Amino acid sequence: MRRTMMFVPGNNPGMLLNADVYGADALILDLEDAVAPGEKDAARVLVRNALRAFDYGSAEIIIRINPLGTPFIEDDIRAVVPLKPAMIMPTKVAGAEDIHAVSAMILEAERANGLPEGSVGLIPLLETAMGIENAYHIATADPRVKAIFLGAEDLSSDLQAIRSKENHEILYARGRVVMAARAAGVDCYDTPFTDVNDDEGLAQDAAFARAIGFTGKAVISPRHVPAVNEAFSPSEQDIAYAREVMAVIQEGERLGRGAVSLRGKMIDKPIVDRARRVLDAAEALGLGGYEHE
Amino acid sequence: MNKMIGSLREAMEACQLRDGMTLSFHHHLRNGDQVLNQVLAQAAQMGIKGLTIQASSLFDVHAPLIDHIKSGVVTGIETNYMSGRIGRAVSEGVLQKPVRFRSHGGRPDAIDTGRVHIDIAFIAAPAADPMGNANGVAGPAACGSLGYAMSDARHADRVVIITDHMEPYPLMPASIGEENVDMVVKVDSIGDPKGIVSGTTRITRDPVGLTIARYAAQVIEHSGLLKPGFSFQTGAGGASLAVTQYLKPIMKRLGVTGSFGLGGITGYLVDMLEEGYFTSLMDVQCFDLRAVQSIRDNPRHQEVSATRYASPGARTAAVNSLDVVVLGATEIDTGFNVNVHTDSNGVIMGGSGGHSDTAAGAKLSMIVAPLFRARLPIVVDKVLCVTTPGDTVDVLVTQRGVAVNPARPELRDALKQGGLPVFDIGELKDMAERVTGKPALVRPQGRVVAEVEYRDQRIIDRIHSMG
Repeated sequence: MRRTMMFVPGNNPGMLLNADVYGADALILDLEDAVAPGEKDAARVLVRNALRAFDYGSAEIIIRINPLGTPFIEDDIRAVVPLKPAMIMPTKVAGAEDIHAVSAMILEAERANGLPEGSVGLIPLLETAMGIENAYHIATADPRVKAIFLGAEDLSSDLQAIRSKENHEILYARGRVVMAARAAGVDCYDTPFTDVNDDEGLAQDAAFARAIGFTGKAVISPRHVPAVNEAFSPSEQDIAYAREVMAVIQEGERLGRGAVSLRGKMIDKPIVDRARRVLDAAEALGLGGYEHE
Repeated sequence: MNKMIGSLREAMEACQLRDGMTLSFHHHLRNGDQVLNQVLAQAAQMGIKGLTIQASSLFDVHAPLIDHIKSGVVTGIETNYMSGRIGRAVSEGVLQKPVRFRSHGGRPDAIDTGRVHIDIAFIAAPAADPMGNANGVAGPAACGSLGYAMSDARHADRVVIITDHMEPYPLMPASIGEENVDMVVKVDSIGDPKGIVSGTTRITRDPVGLTIARYAAQVIEHSGLLKPGFSFQTGAGGASLAVTQYLKPIMKRLGVTGSFGLGGITGYLVDMLEEGYFTSLMDVQCFDLRAVQSIRDNPRHQEVSATRYASPGARTAAVNSLDVVVLGATEIDTGFNVNVHTDSNGVIMGGSGGHSDTAAGAKLSMIVAPLFRARLPIVVDKVLCVTTPGDTVDVLVTQRGVAVNPARPELRDALKQGGLPVFDIGELKDMAERVTGKPALVRPQGRVVAEVEYRDQRIIDRIHSMG
């Protein structure tokens, strides 16, 4: 289960030291925007040493690299691939050809380091109008792509939109990213909520992202992790309902009934699929899941 | 008749201040206190030598004390806490006679039983009347409770109230009663409000501190103590305070109403009182303005003396009815002994305060601390100074997990059952050392500069000078 992806500045030793204690499912060690151009080298070294020295436990490691077209990306990839992160996050991805280019660079680095080809995944950051328009092509460009991630700040600027807490200006982009990801069969991640002091706003924003189909959400503050984890975890009611669904389905099968209903509502395949997903997630999170005899 | 005296000097002369006396002070005005400095400056002018300062705590504002030591005006210090500047001077050997450290409970016990004799108590009072009735809830230097001054007022040979705010007789309520007061002096100012209370105490925003606090609240939830009538004390440090923030929703979910919050009281505990999480507050020291207002206005929020708070010699003291206390540490060792007297170089920078009293009294005493500070692990083989013995400490909570004293196997099981990451304390130490490396041992080897008197009167440790 990857519900939260927490950004960790690649040039901040204190944050790197404790990054895994907040309960984020994935950590995005950032070499891009958090790091000034003059400090890129230092951040690469620090991230490398952190990954060698610290045990990040069950947290999945994602490393955000600088965009194509910058002088940093080749050094980033050469430095990062030997660290065997679960995924690399290329930035300002505009189309499938960007993925092909990045994937080729990664392949070269995998070969140079004797790593299995294709071992490093990709989670492209879509943060331009072109990137959003090409979301499906990006998501299907290469088997390395495991998920796509919406970045609303740069996107709003590219759209010449006015950024707001209500997020109306990114509604289309959110829908488009979810649609493309689900059509491509990959996961999709929502942009972080940027007001670190608005807990209520965070909870609403995360609940909305969950409701429209996102797999999870990035966070820029450790303090946001619990609320986002909660929003993307099945609730006790979800789990209880899913168990009821599975029970009436099994009862129906036992009695040889084609159609079954629960409290007057027809239980069809989409409902069963959703119930399975809830129980799979609950099991993965140690929340109980399926009832075992 | 009234007890007003024209000046501090006249009061000191009227008390027949002379060489070798013991003068006492309380620390309710904290780092804003001006009274201790005023009294010692006057004593120096009078040519007095060889005084012993019996202060419930000393803060950086009292740094002029260092010069009075150098000039021989002061030759002895007995206190429950001293902050960094004075602590460093003592560790450097400024004072020939070792400092006697006690605890907030041990000090009133020593005074109440006569083991400590006070010649003159100088009691800073934010409000007083001409007969010496005094309290801390009015006036420009309002600090709330005057709990730490009460034993001094009852047992000192001479009691001088020093105030900057007079009210007509009879002042109500009276924290210090006229029956114990010899004279009253009005001065221009007894304290700087900015140093007395911080206005608002703030919960930490440090995510490591918040993670520790979240675990600490979960430890309380699964300790078996979070039942109706639950009682609680926490320090005013950022992470300790944050525990209240995480405890509230748990109490709400479980429908638990607590009986009392104890100790140094902050606005966060006042909120919990007003929102019905606790039915009362017992306050020996106010930490912020919310607490000062509340102790003045809310009858469910009451002042307690240091004796009633924590004295081991009292017939009963509030700490003995306490369920949970959350405490800090500069170091904790694998035997759960805690040091809050010195820094990791062995230099004095604190003291027990109520640390060892509450740990001894509470059913669950919990230490909250990050696994490492700067580049040093918090868990060590042997603390540089034992403030609080390990047999009174139940749990250590860090951002990477909790360790339970092996003497509490049932608690360990309960916390594991509750899903907390429970480790042996040695495992937490190894975890920290994997990151920091094993630090070289620094242990000051000079002469003894301070002795730690535990609440049962045993000297449980000695602090040595540097070099």
